[in-house]
Amino acid sequence: MTPEDGTRELPSETTLLRNLKAGESAAFEVMVRTNTPRLLAVARRYLPKEADAQDAVQDAFLSAFRGIAGFTGASKLSTWLHRIVVNASLMKLRTRRRKPEVAIDDLLPRFEDDASAHHVDIIAAWRETAPDELTRDENRAMVREAIERLPDSYREVLTLRDIEQIDTTEVAEMLGVSKGVVKTRLHRARQALRALLDPHFKEEGP
Amino acid sequence: MNCQHFTDFIIDWLDGELPADQAEVFAAHIEMCPPCEQYLDQYRTTVELTKDCAPAEDVPSEVPEALIRAILAARPEIDEPDGGAS
Repeated sequence: MTPEDGTRELPSETTLLRNLKAGESAAFEVMVRTNTPRLLAVARRYLPKEADAQDAVQDAFLSAFRGIAGFTGASKLSTWLHRIVVNASLMKLRTRRRKPEVAIDDLLPRFEDDASAHHVDIIAAWRETAPDELTRDENRAMVREAIERLPDSYREVLTLRDIEQIDTTEVAEMLGVSKGVVKTRLHRARQALRALLDPHFKEEGP
Repeated sequence: MNCQHFTDFIIDWLDGELPADQAEVFAAHIEMCPPCEQYLDQYRTTVELTKDCAPAEDVPSEVPEALIRAILAARPEIDEPDGGAS
C-alpha cells in the first residue's frame, strides 16, 4: 500500500525478516538505511574518531549479513543489530592505537591513613547540574568529553552499563571477564568521572 | 564503618545488594558524615549525567550516502529468488 504523499511504507518486521532471509537486496537496503543512523550514534560513543565509528558500523552490518540466516527473531531486529554494533565497536576499540589517558588511580578518592580513613580532599558542594536545556546540552558535551578521557577498559564498562544499560551479567560475557571485575571497573570509572566533573560543577567560593 | 569502607560500598548500596545489617550501618554513616553524604550525592549525579549524555536526539538525521553504499556493496553474494533487481 502506498500512502497518498507517495512515500513508501516500511515493511513490517516479520515481512522484512522473511525477505532478508530470502536474500532480497531491497530488504537489505531497508535494513541498512533505517538502522545506520542509530547504529552510528552508538558506535560514536565508543569511537570518537568518525572513521573508526563508520568502520565499526560497516563491520557490524557485515556480521549481520552473515548471521541473518541464524537470527530467530526472538528479539527485535534493531535490538539484535544494537548488540552487534556494540561488539564491533569494542573490537575496533581494542585494535586502534591507544591514546594518552588519565591515570585512574589519580582520580580515585584518597583517605587518611588511620582508623577513621576520612576523605583527604574536601568534597565541595556541586551547583545545580541541569537548570535549563541549554546548560543540559553543555553538560552532555562536557560529560562525553570527560568519559573519553577515561582509560579504555573503564570507559567501555561505563558505556555498556550506564549508557547502554546492559546488565552486569551480559557485560561480563561480552568482555570475557567476571561480574566482580565489571562491578569494580564500573565503580572506579564512576568515581574517576566524578573527579573529572568536579572542577566544572563545584560551587563558586565566597 | 569509616569513610573508605563507605565509599567501597556505594555501588552495592545503590544496586540494593548490601546486606541489611551493612545497609543500616551505611545509612547511619550518611547521617554523621557530611563529606560522605556529599560524595554519595555527587556519585549519584555522575551516574545520572552519564545516562543523560547520549540522548535519543543524538541520532544523526542523515548519514553519509557513501557509508550506506559501502555497506551494501560489502554484502556477501546471496542467491536471490527473483534473480536480483539489477
